[in-house]
Amino acid sequence: MIETKTYLGGKYNVVVIGAGHAGVEAALASSRMGLKTLILTISLDGIVALSCNPNIGGTGKGHLVREIDALGGEMALNIDKSFIQSRMLNLSKGPAVHSLRVQADKKMYHTEMKKILEDEPNLTLRQGEAIDIIVENDTVKGVVTRNGAIYETEAVVIATGTYLGGRVYIGEVNYQSGPDGMFPSLLLSDSLKEKGFKLRRMKTGTPARVHKDSIDYSGMEIQPGDEEVIPFSFLNMGKKFDFEQVPCYLTYTTEETHDIIRQNLDRSPMFSGYIEGVGPRYCPSIEDKVVRFAERDKHQVFIEPEGLSTKEMYVQGVSSSLPEEVQIDLYKKIKGLENVQFMRTAYAIEYDSINPTMLKLSLEHKDISNLFFAGQINGSSGYEEAAAQGLIAGINAAQNIRGKEPFILDRSEAYIGVLIDDLVTKGTDEPYRMMTSRAEYRLTLRQDNADLRLTKIGYELGLVTEDRYRKTIEKEELIQRELERLQKIIINPTQKNNSILEEIGSTEIRNATSVHDLIKRPEISYESISVFDPERDILLKEIRLQVETQIKYEGYIKKQMQQIEQFKKLENKKLDVEFDYSKVRGLSTEATQKLSAIKPDSVGQASRISGVTPADINVLLIHLEQRRRNGENNER
Amino acid sequence: MSETIAAISTAVGEAGIGIVRMSGRESLQIAKKVFSRSNDQEIDKKDNKRLLYGHIVEADTIIDEVLVAFMYEPYTYTRENMVEIYCHGGIIPVKKTLELLLKNGARLAQPGEFTKRAFLNGRLDLSQAEAVIDIIKSKTEKSYDVSLNQLHGSLSREVEEIRKILLGMIAHIEVSIDFPEDDIEEVTYDELIIDGNQVKERINKLLATSGRGKILRDGLNTVILGKPNVGKSSLLNAVLRENRAIVTDVPGTTRDIIEEYVNIDGIPLKIMDTAGIRQTEDMVEKIGVDRAKETLEKADLIIAIFDISRSLSEDDHHIIELIKDKKTIVLLNKTDLPNEYDEELFREYFDASQIISTSMIRGVGIDELENAIRAMFYGGDIQLDSEMIITNIRHKNQLERSMENIGSVLEDLGREIPLDCLEVDLRSCWENLGEITGDSINEDILDKIFSEFCIGK
Repeated sequence: MIETKTYLGGKYNVVVIGAGHAGVEAALASSRMGLKTLILTISLDGIVALSCNPNIGGTGKGHLVREIDALGGEMALNIDKSFIQSRMLNLSKGPAVHSLRVQADKKMYHTEMKKILEDEPNLTLRQGEAIDIIVENDTVKGVVTRNGAIYETEAVVIATGTYLGGRVYIGEVNYQSGPDGMFPSLLLSDSLKEKGFKLRRMKTGTPARVHKDSIDYSGMEIQPGDEEVIPFSFLNMGKKFDFEQVPCYLTYTTEETHDIIRQNLDRSPMFSGYIEGVGPRYCPSIEDKVVRFAERDKHQVFIEPEGLSTKEMYVQGVSSSLPEEVQIDLYKKIKGLENVQFMRTAYAIEYDSINPTMLKLSLEHKDISNLFFAGQINGSSGYEEAAAQGLIAGINAAQNIRGKEPFILDRSEAYIGVLIDDLVTKGTDEPYRMMTSRAEYRLTLRQDNADLRLTKIGYELGLVTEDRYRKTIEKEELIQRELERLQKIIINPTQKNNSILEEIGSTEIRNATSVHDLIKRPEISYESISVFDPERDILLKEIRLQVETQIKYEGYIKKQMQQIEQFKKLENKKLDVEFDYSKVRGLSTEATQKLSAIKPDSVGQASRISGVTPADINVLLIHLEQRRRNGENNER
Repeated sequence: MSETIAAISTAVGEAGIGIVRMSGRESLQIAKKVFSRSNDQEIDKKDNKRLLYGHIVEADTIIDEVLVAFMYEPYTYTRENMVEIYCHGGIIPVKKTLELLLKNGARLAQPGEFTKRAFLNGRLDLSQAEAVIDIIKSKTEKSYDVSLNQLHGSLSREVEEIRKILLGMIAHIEVSIDFPEDDIEEVTYDELIIDGNQVKERINKLLATSGRGKILRDGLNTVILGKPNVGKSSLLNAVLRENRAIVTDVPGTTRDIIEEYVNIDGIPLKIMDTAGIRQTEDMVEKIGVDRAKETLEKADLIIAIFDISRSLSEDDHHIIELIKDKKTIVLLNKTDLPNEYDEELFREYFDASQIISTSMIRGVGIDELENAIRAMFYGGDIQLDSEMIITNIRHKNQLERSMENIGSVLEDLGREIPLDCLEVDLRSCWENLGEITGDSINEDILDKIFSEFCIGK
């Protein structure tokens, strides 16, 4: 190989490798925090590509988007500009799990984000393939591109997605490739391995894209968007979105579809063992579903538009790595797809990831200073999970350079905290997806209160404007005032009042009761109780919603707050990363090994490592106290 | 460190007094709730570290007559507010007192937790840190061992079964929440109510028997001794019939001995029935005096049966020799038949309170036997390992908490409270029971979801 001649491409504070969902949030965060940032991507046409499904949000994921927004990230604002259908899921369940999920126009989503990057003052957007990182004295110093540019930098964020060591599988055919026909990033994968990084293979897959006009919709169930559109960004609350939404369609596979799959299983690289990567259990291929749930005679298939400027349709539910000819056959046995015309073939893609337990909670590498990782390379899956990590990695790159404390959200503060803590404390065996059930403090971490939880933090970091911050404080005050006001309106148990209560579908009261407490009854809403409160001001819907939720779930939320208080105690007992666990007498061997490997940030984090027992935690607490007192003695 | 903890701090079952200790912010208030001072005076700081006389009372029922010391922080062992309650010795008063404190908001202390707090709050010298670690570790290990040993096969199976139902409920709720568009049947409130009621009933059953010590794997080693046909089996049957808390028969450690578990008023007995030896005419000769001695040596209590319708044989004298200095109850059986025995002979070796005349066939004397066992136990003549009692309380406490939680889940289901809210108590219930069997791992829920539901919209 001929040695490439290198040249100095420029000096930056932060270089971000990759312009997917993680990369752009990282780059925007660091540049908005005042640092000169370069973002490198293999193709400028691949910026925030929605390479798989055309959706943003959903359960747990929608929560992440709201949190990113409250912290000053871009994802929510960008999807509000480019969605073509919007639905709030789970409305029949409690407010903590209401989840916003929209259909995106993929092209628009890309174009709008590209504009933002291009216009960002401290940010340089550059097409280029990073092939190496320069590390000196365990500190990252620069990035080398394939065309010979060396970019000197103080911090690097690696967000390579499925590009790193990417390999596409379609039946017996397989080749090195990035997502959706993009170039793979192979040299970087090699140089990381040379530096001693242990990379492992993960796998994901995507269904075919088919021509809109080749589908017979007559037997399908139409799925329209919500009549009332609620935006993702808190900045867009109250804004009108009165364009015509594009529907999705629901159809089903048939027994014939399943027969074709069964007959051709031996041609699937998943079942024949070619693919070593681990795929996500919540996003199985159609082959997987047919094999594992053999008793089902049909599976759901959703037909979703990829955008307004294209006739490509996404066939949700039928991802596959079977040979192309088999795919076409089996798709044709799906109701309504008898004459389907393929535009892009379904494929599985395998890529390199690191073990996220080698990262700190700040997403910085434990041994190499100022080297950060975000997104799929950390073993996560999903646009939203990637964006959330990108934001935190970008913020912390900036914090490090500015000499400030790392910014860490804990499990009681945000889904983002749950996501990162899970990844770096426990690691993951499959691509990690956010789910509301992963958040133990789900009732307090709602998507509707993400702004109240996080805007202040975003403001302190310098990512949220003064104006936005003040508006959130005002909102908070309005909610508080309304709660207090409702407590002061007392309803006496008169015959008249009781008959009014009956009229609005409730039952009588025996003692004087405040309107506040009446709202706690499941059958009474903030709106319906207005009969006792005719002079109330008309408040914004989002404020009314907060008031009602906070009253109705007060008991549950209080219980959760107590749990959080307990949780915080161990979380606030910090552990030194350099701590030598082998010197702590009384720890079990397993605990010593695990603690030395994970190097937890706090006793709380230590307690979540598998193999660390409550007795080990007690030993740690005693040891900490011992050290604290020794320290005191030395100072004297 | 604000949680208030409580524990029994003396060996259980000893004569004299038993001390229940409590430490933490709320300890004074909790004690005031259950302590009724004899002179009805308000308890305040002037009573600091004074012994107050009164009663521990639960819902107007007196649990025990006690002395109580209220100790104000920071000049206490743990440097937190502390209360010590001096009960009568024996297992029941201390156990009930502790349970009452737990009901009123205290949490059962973890092994070594008082010492740990004392250290963390600066009460103990730095040089004692290592010792504190040793205490915590050894106590934790011991309690873990005891806990595992005590978990009766059938109990842990039942707890596992209940947890399985709960896991199914949780997984179904979670899958409905997290995968609303997937093709799975959404969980209905009616289904949850049916499952929830089943859980409640089964926990209730466990609780009902836990009071009688079903949870204890081991009881007092009790040997029933006697020649063939003196009425050993009838005795066993009579005792078992009256005390339905028989657990199971576990094949004995030796082939000759059958073990049965029985519970008399909270006193767990592990009965080793030498009736297992049937072939031999002469039990003492057959198993050998040494062997018999060995078995008797290990016994906490010996119940020796003699048939008074036959005259005293060589073997009977052997038996008397073997047991005369041990904790023994002598049953003179078959009073329904003509008496061939000289009772006076027994009075030479045994105290009158140890001798009971019975007729197993007519059911005469069983009550007296139970009373005698009770008297010996509460009198402190025989003891139980205190670690065992604590584990018993710990399990019972967890059962009670799980009961409370499933109760509020059912109440919420009735009121159609949203799934995400009622899931909180449901998960707590699952975790409570997991504390008993020793695991509560979140990953179980995801595994359950992915193995049972076809996810992947």
